Parts: sequence; C-alpha cells; structure tokens
Amino acid sequence: MKTEDKHIIQTTNLSIGYASKTSVNTIASKLTIDLEKGNLVCLLGKNGIGKSTLLRTLTKVQPALKGEIYINNTNLKELNNLDLSKLLSLVLTERLPESNLSVFELVALGRQPYTNWVGKLSTKDLQFIYAAFEQTNTKHLMHSKYYELSDGQLQKVLIARALAQNTDLIILDEPTAHLDIHHTIETFSLLKNLAKKFNKTILVSTHEINLALQLADELWLMTPNNFVSGKTETLISNNSVKKLFESELISFNKTLKQFTINDSL
Amino acid sequence: MVNPTKSYRNTFILLALSLFIIIMVNISLGSVSIPIKQIFLSFFDGHVEKEAWKSIVLNYRLPKAITAIIVGSGLSISGLLMQTLFRNPLAGPFVLGISSGASLGVAILILGASFLGANITAYAFTNWGQAVAASIGAFLVLSAVMLAAIKVRNTMSILIIGLMFGSLTAAVISVLAYFSSANQLQQYLFWSFGSLGNLSWKEISALLVTFFIGISLVVFIIKPLNSLLLGENYAKSMGVNVKRTRNLTLISTSLLTGVITAFSGPIAFIGLAVPHLTKLLFSTSNHKILLPAVAISGAIIMLICDSIAQLPNSEYTLPINAITSLFGAPIIIWLLVRKRKINY
Repeated sequence: MKTEDKHIIQTTNLSIGYASKTSVNTIASKLTIDLEKGNLVCLLGKNGIGKSTLLRTLTKVQPALKGEIYINNTNLKELNNLDLSKLLSLVLTERLPESNLSVFELVALGRQPYTNWVGKLSTKDLQFIYAAFEQTNTKHLMHSKYYELSDGQLQKVLIARALAQNTDLIILDEPTAHLDIHHTIETFSLLKNLAKKFNKTILVSTHEINLALQLADELWLMTPNNFVSGKTETLISNNSVKKLFESELISFNKTLKQFTINDSL
Repeated sequence: MVNPTKSYRNTFILLALSLFIIIMVNISLGSVSIPIKQIFLSFFDGHVEKEAWKSIVLNYRLPKAITAIIVGSGLSISGLLMQTLFRNPLAGPFVLGISSGASLGVAILILGASFLGANITAYAFTNWGQAVAASIGAFLVLSAVMLAAIKVRNTMSILIIGLMFGSLTAAVISVLAYFSSANQLQQYLFWSFGSLGNLSWKEISALLVTFFIGISLVVFIIKPLNSLLLGENYAKSMGVNVKRTRNLTLISTSLLTGVITAFSGPIAFIGLAVPHLTKLLFSTSNHKILLPAVAISGAIIMLICDSIAQLPNSEYTLPINAITSLFGAPIIIWLLVRKRKINY
C-alpha cells in the first residue's frame, strides 16, 4: 500500500464558521488535520465550541470559510453528493421523522447510493445489509418497526445503516447523547471493534471524555483558540487533555486517565 | 439471504377487485338505476334494453366515473408527496393552501373578469380558462409555501404558514366577491362546491394527459422520497439530490392538484385522509408500495363519495366537496384519537 493511500481526511489551513453577506463568524481557523485509515477518533470539546460545525464542514453540509478538505485524497469540492455517499456515511443526533419504516428497510436505505433508480436490492446489496446486521448484532430486530426500538437499539441500527453504506469513513455526532452507561459503553466498544476488525475510520464527536481517553486511537481537541489532534497517549502526556476541561471544579488524573471532581466540593 | 420486505400482492389484488366492483356500482347508481349487465352491454356495443341507458352510461356516467378515478388518485398522490416532503402527517393539498391557490386563480378569472376586460370575460366561463387559472394559482401558492419552508425548518410553522396563505386567498376572494355580479358569484360558488360531472371527453383527455405527466414525474422520485423518510441530512448523505427531488415533487403536485381542482373544484380531505388510511392498511412507508396503493385507494374512496353524492334514485346531486368533508374529517379525528400519533 502506498503511503498516501492511508489518508482518509486531510485539511490544509481550514477555517470553519458561518458567512453571511454582511459578516463572517469564524468559529475555528488554521485547522490542520491528517487522519489515517482504521482509527477510532474522538472529537472532544465543550458545548458550543464548534464540534458540530467542524463535522458539518467535513461532510459538506456547509462550506469551509477558507482552506481545502481532502477525503480519500480527493478535494471535497470536486465530490458531488453521490460520490461522497460512497466515501463517508453519517449517524446524526437529530430525531428521525415519524414513519412506518421497518428496521430492515431503514438499514437497506444505506444501499441507496448503489441501487438502481427504483432502489431494487441486488444479492450483493442484501449481503452488505446482512453483514451490517451481523456486525452490530441487531439481526433479531430486523422485522420490528424502528419506532418500537429503545434508544440503545436504535443507535445500533443507525450504525448498521451506515455500515450497509459500505464507506471507509463513518462520522457520528454524539451517538451516545441519550444512552445510559451500559449502552454507551456497548456503543463505543462496537465502534472500536469496527475500526480494528474492519479497518473502518470512525470519527465520533462526544462528551464521554473518560471513555474516549480509554478507547480512542486519536483525539481531536477543540478549545476556543486552539485545535490539537494526535495520538491519545501523546495528548495525555503533553497535557493537552488536561487543559481541555480543567477548572476549579475538575482536574485531570494522569494515572487513571480520567477527569475527577476536586475534593473541595 | 432473503429480502424480508413484503410484496403485498394479495392486498393489491383485493384493492383492484374492489375498484372494479365500485366502478360498476357507481355507474349503475343514479337517478335511474341501471343493471350491471346492461352496463357491460353498453360498453361492448351489445343490445341494450333501453337506448336511453346506453346513452346515460356512455355520455354521462362513464366520463364521471373516470373523472372520479383521476381526481381521487391524483389528490391522494399529491397528499402523500406533501406528507413526505414536509415530513408532516397533516400536510396535504388543502392544508398547505394549494387548493386555495387554485381557488384564487379561478376567483380572479371569474369574479375579476369585469376588471380584466371583455376578452377575458369570454374565456372565464369555459372550463379551459379555469384550468389554466387554477394551475397557475396552485403553482404560485405552493412555490410561496415552499420558499417559506426552506427558510423555516419547523414543520409546525410551515403548516401555519400554509393556513395563513389559505386565509389570505380567502380574504382576496371575499373582496373580489363583494364587487362581483350575482351571476359571477353563482358561477364561482358552483365551482367551489366541486363536481365530477359535466366534463366533455375532450376535457377528460386533458385531465388524463396531465395526470399521466404528473405520475410519470413521481416515478423518478420514488427512491429519493424513501430516503427523505430519514430527514434531509440523511438523504443528502446517501447521495440524494434534495433540491431536484423537492422541485420535481413541487411540479408534479401543483400539476396534479392544479388541474384537478380546475376541472372538479376544490375537493377537501381526499388528499389528507386517503394516504393515512392506506398507510394503516399497508403498514409501510415504502413509496414503491404506497404510491400505487394510494392511487387505487383514492380512486375507490372518490367513487364511493360520488355514489353517495348522487343520491341514488333521486333527482338531486349533493356537492361532492361536502361529502368528502363529511367522510374525511371524522376519519382524521378517529385516527388521531385512536393512535394518538399518526405516522406519515
């Protein structure tokens, strides 16, 4: 494998934010990202710091203010929706609109970029759908309606849909926001597994710092004036993680790899 | 590896059969009842007992049944498209002000004819003039609602905006009505009652052609409509050109609703109620199944409403719009109360 083939996301001098006719609101600038395939990456930062804006920019939902983004070595600007749908798939936080979709139909929608004009599923499509059910351990839910699922089950099914889309890169926006600790850990270990076993690159924005520190291969840390990315170990040892949240309320314990509440409380 | 999606073949056969039976019953009933056997004889040029029956069937009741089928199917399909596009179970040609737009077009033509000059006046009282005016009106209002919908993401707000457009057009119509002659007013009032009869074969062909243009546009958006069930962002991430899908939906809906409303008057509740009944029967959101199912169910229900409206064995015909409302409103209330939540 050539070295350049290993890069799934690269950016050069990227600025993100919102531009209107009268003003430009830059949320973060000079972002340099270089992400290799097969990693579980957690994007961490306080609420409102611009994590979603970064994800929206990387997935072409909104344009970059400045700089270039390369997905799988192709400039994002040169990719149309259909090209991009074969490179990256999404799991979003937004609630699904109400419908009568069954779990099978929902996961099968992941094959849309590959099916014909009426969306007929070929044997190959069915293979990918069944594989996605196996990988997420959700085959038994196949015949249910999606609105009958618990939040934890639904999250796994949404990940199955992204897997059926068969993309190297999967981006998840706060996938565990509504989940209890059991399902949160289950979801993260599933993601870790997918990265390790199936060489998927998985980018997750999350507030589960302690889990991210234990499981992520790489971290992207966003603070008001800075963006740091790198191996989890490196960022722990050079105190980047410590600076992220530390305040008079919480402090970072390097040996436990955890934020803990200060005794003074 | 099997595809577990049901084929619904039996349900479709049952629906098609019901449609056939109801067409026959619809043609048979009326101020005079005509035996079903005699209807067949009239179709196939056999010897009909009474010559008048043949003429009634071929020149009056058959065209009316065909109109009912097109109107029922077209409005129901429009309703389904609106519900998916706006991701709102209460969307429909009526709620979103599209029918009001068509009414406004016709009102301006009929009631405003005296302001517009003599040339228009001659044109105003033909079905063709009304068809063009209604289509333009429907398209303009739907575009305006759509523009608002792009700005306003909240579906509740979109419905309210649709209702506001409805009120606006009603206000304009009142002002026009105030300045109109009794003759014009009556003409407009009769149009607004809705009617499936009185269409010539030429007009029915026009209706059919538009219907098929509208339907053939819809065939191309079956797949993107399914992905829109997960919301616009997911649809985009699965390679869907959302803008193109939205435009095609817009065009086909305003074509279908516009032309249908033009020829048959504003017909309430079919577009809203039929998709829900069909979803209840089929328990699916897959448009590949829903679209044909909604088309057939719409035709069946419209024919039933029409059979009731013509009050068998009497001289009177009730306004079809009243019948569809009497039938549709309770159904929507029942659905809401029973399930407390309706899917779309």
